Amino acid sequence: MNAATPLNLAPLLDVQGVNKSFRKPDGDELVVLENVNLTLRPGEIVGLLGRSGSGKSTLLRSIAGLDPPTGGVVSYLGHPVLAPAAGIAMVFQSFALFPWLTVLENVQVGLEALGTPEAEMRARAIKAIDLIGLDGFESAYPRELSGGMRQRVGFARALVVHPNILLMDEPFSALDILTAETLRTDFLELWGEGQLPIKAVLLVTHNIEEAVQMCDRLLIFSTHPGRVVSEIPIDLPHPRHTQDPRFRALIDRVYVEMTARPRGEARPGVKGERFPGTGIGTVLNHVSSTILTGLIETVNEPPYLGKADLPAIAEEQHLEVDDLFPAAEALQLLRFAEVEGGDMRLTEAGSQFARGDIDERKKLFARHLITYVPLAAHIRRVLDERASHTAPKSRFFDELEDYMAEDAAEQTLRTIISWGRYAEVFAYDDNRQAFSLENPV
Amino acid sequence: MRVDRLPIAVLRERYVPGRWDVLAFILVVAFFIYCAEAARGLTGSLEHLEATPISLSPWALIGYAARTGLRMLIALGFSLLFTFTYATLAAKSRRAEVLLVPLLDFLQSVPILSFSIVTLFFLQLTPGRVAGAEMAAIFLIFTSQAWNMAFSFYHSLRSIPDEMSEAARNFQFSPWMRFWRLEVPFAMPPLIWNMMMSMSGGWFFVVASEAMSIGNTTLTLPGVGSYIALANDQRNYGAIGWAVVAMFVVILIFDQLLFRPLIASADWFRLEQEAGQTADQSWALTMMRRSRLIGLIGRAFAKMLRAGMKPAGASGPVAAARLPSRWDGPLGDYAWYGALLLIGLLALWRTATFVHGDVPVGEIGRVVLLGFITLVRVAVLIALASLIWVPIGVWVGTRPRVASIVQPVAQFLAAFPTNLFFGFVVSAVVLFHLTPDIWLSPLMILGTQWYILFNVIVGASAISPDLRNAGKNLGLRGWLWWKRLALPAIFPFYVTGAITAAGGSWNASVAAEVVSWGRETVTAHGLGAYIHAATDAADFQRIVLGTVVLSVFVVTVNRIFWRPLYARAERKYRMS
Repeated sequence: MNAATPLNLAPLLDVQGVNKSFRKPDGDELVVLENVNLTLRPGEIVGLLGRSGSGKSTLLRSIAGLDPPTGGVVSYLGHPVLAPAAGIAMVFQSFALFPWLTVLENVQVGLEALGTPEAEMRARAIKAIDLIGLDGFESAYPRELSGGMRQRVGFARALVVHPNILLMDEPFSALDILTAETLRTDFLELWGEGQLPIKAVLLVTHNIEEAVQMCDRLLIFSTHPGRVVSEIPIDLPHPRHTQDPRFRALIDRVYVEMTARPRGEARPGVKGERFPGTGIGTVLNHVSSTILTGLIETVNEPPYLGKADLPAIAEEQHLEVDDLFPAAEALQLLRFAEVEGGDMRLTEAGSQFARGDIDERKKLFARHLITYVPLAAHIRRVLDERASHTAPKSRFFDELEDYMAEDAAEQTLRTIISWGRYAEVFAYDDNRQAFSLENPV
Repeated sequence: MRVDRLPIAVLRERYVPGRWDVLAFILVVAFFIYCAEAARGLTGSLEHLEATPISLSPWALIGYAARTGLRMLIALGFSLLFTFTYATLAAKSRRAEVLLVPLLDFLQSVPILSFSIVTLFFLQLTPGRVAGAEMAAIFLIFTSQAWNMAFSFYHSLRSIPDEMSEAARNFQFSPWMRFWRLEVPFAMPPLIWNMMMSMSGGWFFVVASEAMSIGNTTLTLPGVGSYIALANDQRNYGAIGWAVVAMFVVILIFDQLLFRPLIASADWFRLEQEAGQTADQSWALTMMRRSRLIGLIGRAFAKMLRAGMKPAGASGPVAAARLPSRWDGPLGDYAWYGALLLIGLLALWRTATFVHGDVPVGEIGRVVLLGFITLVRVAVLIALASLIWVPIGVWVGTRPRVASIVQPVAQFLAAFPTNLFFGFVVSAVVLFHLTPDIWLSPLMILGTQWYILFNVIVGASAISPDLRNAGKNLGLRGWLWWKRLALPAIFPFYVTGAITAAGGSWNASVAAEVVSWGRETVTAHGLGAYIHAATDAADFQRIVLGTVVLSVFVVTVNRIFWRPLYARAERKYRMS
């Protein structure tokens, strides 16, 4: 329907220069969103696509008035949004239904808050329930419903207040593939027929296929800090078929954009985080050694034979962006693979790893871990130097906190512990919260 | 969808009485008569009360049980009111939290007898009237019920899932609506469990709350508690037996008419239902749901609540955010913490001068020593009770059918006041020349050991069938099965139970270290006995001193022993 939308309509939503940062305990600022601009016009579905940590959910919450930005302006119909606004409704990833209310009561709840008269409330709620296909489930409680039906309640609850803007925070990611597909198609059908009492949709997702299937425009976010790195218009007519070559081409394009090396220089004040692998301040996404091993093996085998298209692997292995990208990045960091332009190519070490038996693999992994991951080398060095050959986790945690937020530091340590254990470079005792060199006998 | 296809439940129906209505009607009328009967004594004068002594006739017990039951119900109502206000304030205001939460921790450790200081205040309110004494009794029951309920509600408010809370904000709930639509329902399941525990706590101290003696003033309000007290005085085993029967009946009625329906309805509040778990059944709830009379009353009540949920005013497209005032920042913090510090110092100085006026410094050391004696007693008892109840609890918990029988029985036993056993214990101590310091101790854990059993049963029944089958498959047997499977699996639950049991035992020490049967009184050494003696002598300085020392003991032991243990249990023994 975007084809029929005149672009000169006044925007419903205007996001100008939005920043969001948190103050860390040591006084430094941690930037989550940096200079984000975005407009949403009537008739559009706009997708925010990025990996976890790109701040896209934070942006959605700023727009919803739940968590105001630290800089810049979010304006809705020309008014700045500082608190939840009546015309902006949200659909949540975990559905966020009230388990003690029936389907009907859950749908009515937003109208109740607005003080709608009872008769009108009931009529509107039943209409919304009807529209979204929950007919007959009015008196059921959420726990009696399947995940897909629960999210339908989530949609009905948001639609019943007739919002101008519908915000969706990964609404399909908690559902199985088939259910998600059905719900998406149903939604698009209603949207296409103009049956939904909404004017525009803002969708947060990390599923590339979903984004290309649903949106008229995609904004791609970078991580640490979250910025809009590119905008991709999608003008395929609905219904869109995933096997359509134009659809595949768009997916490839999104992958290329998402694997592009970050542009621009590191700004002063933000230490080390920008360039992967340049210091101990690199945030490591948690990827288990099993996934790394599996990915190397897959790429090494036919039909890929050392070089693979990322979308193809994602589809074959049913890996979502949040699984695939961190894994690919980890292999790149360990110099087992190179990722560029939506492709992944194994290095010489990578193929050697794929051919090796478990002992050879571990030795190779250990060598690369120490050589290319400064944090691993650092931990090993500290353990070697100490007479006791042990060091508390908190020692490294404090160091990492100079460079990153608390949860990122926690995750980075979790990752290095898992890799270190696999490579048998050091041991870790969770009860004592300490690293050591002694391997349990 | 046309309206005539709607399910019955959402249709507005005309009032037509049905089968369940008859039962509901009878029960509602009976309840009103019961309240009126029980309240009749309220307006009388104290002299009249003293002129009508407690009768040990079993028939008199019916009226006594009714009055005791009503007192507990009223106290429970006040506890709920306290919970909803105090805990809400603590959870919502960062500044209030720093004061209210530790205060609650402290209040929880104060034994019921220490609150008897406050009873004089109620008596002064209505001089010469029974109403003041009744208020005092209700207040004492309240002090044995309110704190754990408030804690439970506070914890629930703090653990509402983020997205649910965001949904409430996104749909612009008013604070009133947020409270009734989100917070109360979310907090309900653990709150009901704590209400049941509170009722048991109220029974446990029923004698202390109805037969109040402060120095020369002795007040005996008609009730099961004073009946037990009199039976003890007259060494009447038969009357003790009748008191047990009366308690059993009242507990059963509360269970069937109040708690069963609450539990069954709270089941609908749960987010997820675990597989294989059957919903609790309650005939009383069925009656309430089926009866249109009660349905009408319920809807009227819901309408009243909803009237309060109306938004504050018509809002434009964008609601205005509350502008931060200058007191929101660090300036306000300094002012608030400064005021707290000042009030704290003032209170400390007042307390110190109050106690110091009458108590020599050396006595403080002696009181602390008594505290250590009670500490040893509590520690040994918890260890012994664990040795007994952990294996039994695991055995019961792994057999769902046995568990469904044992659990209500244990719940009933937890409500048993120690005073019921005074006769046996004193007779035994006197007859066999036993050492009171050892043989009075079991009384302390009489009511609280059940919390260990409860929690172990819950823990054992939570061991997943897969894990149990894996144990069988690997051939884990005997001690190895306990060491590798059962004990680690129940550990977090056991710790929860042991914390409750230990805290309760400290409180029970005031009722268990001094024991009378007729004219025979047996006393053990300990902090409980010290506080008990101080209450008997109306020696307020020593009550305050004893209470403060006891609280310091309880809070310190919690901080340096139980909390780290609990944290460790949470970290190491939970899957996920």
